[in-house]
Amino acid sequence: MSIKIKNVNYTYAEGTAYEMHALKDINLEIPDGQFVGLIGHTGSGKSTLVQHLNGLIHATGGRIYFNGRDIYGENFSMKELRSKVGLVFQYPEHQLFEIDVLTDVSFGPKNLGFPEAEEKAKEALRMVGMGEEYYRRSPFELSGGQKRRVAIAGVLAMEPQMLILDEPTAGLDPKGRDEILDQISRLQKERGISVVLVSHSMEDVARYVDRIIVMNQGQVRFDGTPKEVFRHFRELEKIGLAAPQVTYLMQELKEKGADVDTDVTTVEEAADAIESWLKK
Amino acid sequence: MIRDITLGQYYPAKSLIHQLDPRVKLVTTMIYVVSLFVAKGALGYVVATIFLVMVIRMSKVPFGYMTKGLKAIIMLLMITVIFNLFLIDGDIVLWRFGFLRITDKGLKTAVFMAIRLIYLIIGSSVMTLTTTPNDLTDGLEKLLGPLKKIHVPVHEISMMMSIALRFIPILLEETDKIMKAQIARGADFESGNLIRKAKAMVPLLVPLFISAFRRANDLAMAMEARCYRGGDGRTKMKPLHYESRDKMAYGVVWGYLLLMILFGRVIYNYISFI
Repeated sequence: MSIKIKNVNYTYAEGTAYEMHALKDINLEIPDGQFVGLIGHTGSGKSTLVQHLNGLIHATGGRIYFNGRDIYGENFSMKELRSKVGLVFQYPEHQLFEIDVLTDVSFGPKNLGFPEAEEKAKEALRMVGMGEEYYRRSPFELSGGQKRRVAIAGVLAMEPQMLILDEPTAGLDPKGRDEILDQISRLQKERGISVVLVSHSMEDVARYVDRIIVMNQGQVRFDGTPKEVFRHFRELEKIGLAAPQVTYLMQELKEKGADVDTDVTTVEEAADAIESWLKK
Repeated sequence: MIRDITLGQYYPAKSLIHQLDPRVKLVTTMIYVVSLFVAKGALGYVVATIFLVMVIRMSKVPFGYMTKGLKAIIMLLMITVIFNLFLIDGDIVLWRFGFLRITDKGLKTAVFMAIRLIYLIIGSSVMTLTTTPNDLTDGLEKLLGPLKKIHVPVHEISMMMSIALRFIPILLEETDKIMKAQIARGADFESGNLIRKAKAMVPLLVPLFISAFRRANDLAMAMEARCYRGGDGRTKMKPLHYESRDKMAYGVVWGYLLLMILFGRVIYNYISFI
């Protein structure tokens, strides 16, 4: 289950006064089971890019291969692609419409013709931590964080092999944010699916992902493990992003003469690094 | 997808026409429309063509944009032309087939009607292409100002208009987003018969209505928080002022109307074949 993006270009409103070149010659490969963080400033093209991955936007140039098959080829079924690549949009709670939570979550699997749609929906709701007591509640009377989890379950119920989440934590409080990210991370490990997490917050992403792709002005600027990418924190600042705060802390400690390992990305790693330096 | 629908079709450019006061453009458009119906002979339309070409040239908007609006009236145009062509009685019959016949008068009226309609659409397109919707409602509010004396809620009407115009792109974008989100969940908006298609709209319409109400609520709250209480005693951030170019434009427009009356009516009365 891999996706390969080759020389993809995309231009909005081509040939009008509002023309905008949103993606410039993107080349990427996302292999099976990887947890990827896609980071960029507002307008860097990250949302446009992920919409290409399940065929909602047709590239104006270039090719995309899903398991080696060209998704713009003649015999390729977009419906199949969309069932394999689940996309959770920004503010997904805005797409809820059914009379109760369970029916709403069943919408996706029903559309795909799954015979046991309701079972899949229940399973997905369990994964996002929504218990049975919510099944018959109207999605509109839930809290913001609950709505979002129901909406994410709506995509999970389709059992995608790749899950893309566009800013899943936008507008949530720190607790809601951690809960959702923890659940996604657990899911990724349990099911072995690949996950693409779109975000503009390094802090969110650093803890969970195996790989970070940084986008700026429609191009890929950095692509590597969190450690590799955060080494470029000065350049990241220039494009309006920042490395996690611990990176700065360690950097400053080093400048002050402490011989610590600056290659850390999470608070826990930083604590270990400082501890081992103190023991020296 | 849905982004291709253009409404409030402002074309950003720097030109004299863009800079004109919106009131001038509104009045000009009205005079222009009147002038099209004043003219009777071909000579009048020559004058109108010269005026229109001049304005389009000055506006720096590509001509292709002007004719986009014509697509919407193509049916109306055809019906008008066909009715005029076959139903008007004249002196000389040019062509006959059964009960259908085309006379000289019918042909002439049909051609002029078509020209009038096409010029009308192009003319008003020039206005909407060169004026932002906000400017347009501002100009309208000021122009309709005197109606306040007879208790017409001019400010409220123009406020509603600008809010409605402002919300069109927002709701379009929202529709696009929800549509994509539901397609990603396997929704199918295109295939099936009429009933299936109507049913498929539910997952789109319910969230759209909810979001429209939410936005309306937010906007009302934001307006109240800024102490909005209607038009009385309200001042403008950018009050409309006539510049010298606006006065000149008025001169040109009235001059154009005079020429239209002269060439389209007065001369036509003497030499009616043109």
